[in-house]
Amino acid sequence: MCGELAFVFYMEAFLSSLVSVAFHGVAYGMILYVISVGLSVTMGLMGFTNLAHGVFAMAGGYVLVTALSQWDVPFPLALLLAFVLVALASVVLERLLYSRLYGAVELEQVLLTIGLIFMSVAVARLIFGTLQQPVVLPEYLKGQFSLLGRDFPAYRVFLILFSASIIATLWFGVERTIWGAKVRAAVDNRAMAQSIGINTRRLFAITFAVGSGLAGLGGALGAEIVAIQPTYPFEQLVYFLIVVSVGGLGSLRGPFVAALLIGITDTACKYWLPQFGAFFIYIATIGLLLWRPSGLFGKRT
Amino acid sequence: MKFNASICAGLVATLISVATPAFSQTIKIGFISSYSGAAAAQGDQLDKGVKLYMKLNGDKLPPGVKVELITRDDTGPNPDVAKRVAQELIVREKVQFLTGVVWTPNMAAIAPLTTEAKVPFVSMNAAGARIMNNAPYMARVSFTLWQSAYPLGQWAAKKYKRAYTAVSDFAPGHEAEEGFIKGFKEGGGEIVGSLRVPLANPDFVPFMQRIKDAKPEVVFGFNPAGKAATGMMKAYADLDLAKAGIKYIGTGDIVTDDELPNMGDVALGVTTVHHYSANSDRPANKAFVAAYKKEYGENLNPSFIAVGAWDGMDAIFHAIREQGGKVDPDKTMEALKKWRNPNSPRGMVSIDPETRDVINPEYLREVRKVGGRLANVELETISTGLKDPMKEADKKK
Repeated sequence: MCGELAFVFYMEAFLSSLVSVAFHGVAYGMILYVISVGLSVTMGLMGFTNLAHGVFAMAGGYVLVTALSQWDVPFPLALLLAFVLVALASVVLERLLYSRLYGAVELEQVLLTIGLIFMSVAVARLIFGTLQQPVVLPEYLKGQFSLLGRDFPAYRVFLILFSASIIATLWFGVERTIWGAKVRAAVDNRAMAQSIGINTRRLFAITFAVGSGLAGLGGALGAEIVAIQPTYPFEQLVYFLIVVSVGGLGSLRGPFVAALLIGITDTACKYWLPQFGAFFIYIATIGLLLWRPSGLFGKRT
Repeated sequence: MKFNASICAGLVATLISVATPAFSQTIKIGFISSYSGAAAAQGDQLDKGVKLYMKLNGDKLPPGVKVELITRDDTGPNPDVAKRVAQELIVREKVQFLTGVVWTPNMAAIAPLTTEAKVPFVSMNAAGARIMNNAPYMARVSFTLWQSAYPLGQWAAKKYKRAYTAVSDFAPGHEAEEGFIKGFKEGGGEIVGSLRVPLANPDFVPFMQRIKDAKPEVVFGFNPAGKAATGMMKAYADLDLAKAGIKYIGTGDIVTDDELPNMGDVALGVTTVHHYSANSDRPANKAFVAAYKKEYGENLNPSFIAVGAWDGMDAIFHAIREQGGKVDPDKTMEALKKWRNPNSPRGMVSIDPETRDVINPEYLREVRKVGGRLANVELETISTGLKDPMKEADKKK
């Protein structure tokens, strides 16, 4: 009898921790996805190895904190600003620098984008200093959200819902619109797409801007969790690359599954086996890539 | 005759002006800090503390003696880089002192070099306690983890019965954990769980959730000053452990005076034991904080790292003075062992001649709002001169 009670109690505790692991894992995975999806598209579509993708995420984070603390902009507008400003800036970079290396070998692209990271780190340090930036959340996103006797941080609930709506929009855009059809066509066969009259140059610029803007938005959304400070593009790079390589280049679904997988397994491992801390994620990545070298949903073989 | 006299006077004057530089001497100090990478914020504090001291105390050297600071970047907790730059400072620059160093792993990498080359090293921050046992040319003016963690454990045991420890997974974290657990258990407390978080880690919430579900009365935290500390604090707030009746305590590293304004109100009520708070009203500290703000800006608070740098330079200047400017490694170590500074911003501080480690004052502090800003308010002086309890415990073994 007593043993049974203890077992029920144990199961209840286990289920409840399962819920929180899933919740935190999904929240973290969502941020990873929103930031990384642009990278998957640029690498898959344009064949451009853009290691400086995290720079756009960091820029989005800085736009958000500056908008909130200096310009007194309300939170939703600050998020929008992070998307728009980063997207615009990325178009300038794309025209000035990236477009010159579209046909180049990967090593040259890596050198250019690594150089961009170094420069961005120095610039961020010059403007904002070395300390991490505080995010002042509006009152309605603070505190706890209670459901079924368990508390969930309100901001993370918002994060999941908001990211889900972005992802739905993106999905619709790629799967159901003409623009999406063109992007998919260009990913599958760039030469053929070009020969049937798709302006791939303009398509690239727009797609690049959307991808970078999403990174900016992801950086802004995640600023409360993943600290915004000058070395951000270096420190987070490995996570973005894991999402993209595990998910597979050029797909939308792949990185989504990969991001959730990484978010949830990373969280679960930290929760139940904290002594193995953060390195489980790397073992999982190696295992997955040995099993499927081109990622879960990779198009290239 | 008159003509001759003036020539004579001229000659004497020339001789004097030539003679002074002949007596003058430049002492080279190799200063290693973290200027780039994730720890640049801490390295910056170290740099600011050193330069402020040199600017305000240049006249405290013997006449004709100058110091030259040769700065190197160890790029963060990278022992291999630290070792390389230390080697370069010793071999190529022929420095007479080595100092600086934010990170314990870096100090550990430099230790054998200082012994081999007989170059005295003064740790301005790196706190790993046992490094110096086998490094006779190393001395420390910063702190050790047990100096804050052990008395905090004793204090916590009087108020709480069940504690959880959460530290960063590197040597100082392990030392802090050990120190706290010893103090807490000696006072009759029970440790319900311990976890170690990776140094580089984007999301701390899963760890905090684990702690919350274990339902302790108090969490003891140590993370190296900076974003790990802020990340843990945010996770504590996100999951609202305070509402669940779980208090957050730790060494002063988790609420450094420079990061505190970025943490927000969540830090209110966090209790720590540490040797330095920028908010303290000791006259020496008020003068130090005023000078720091005047030099670097009204919104910047010096943290314990800047104070370590300040006192480190004070110890080096003291050693130079004691030897009249002609420095010898062994005499330098003798002088360092006698160093004491009653006018440090932290209060009375000195070096224990036996272990070459720092003897610190320790204060119990709580984060409160002072004039609208968060500050570590010193509530109680736990000790006016605490030797490293870890080494004391080691001796008994």
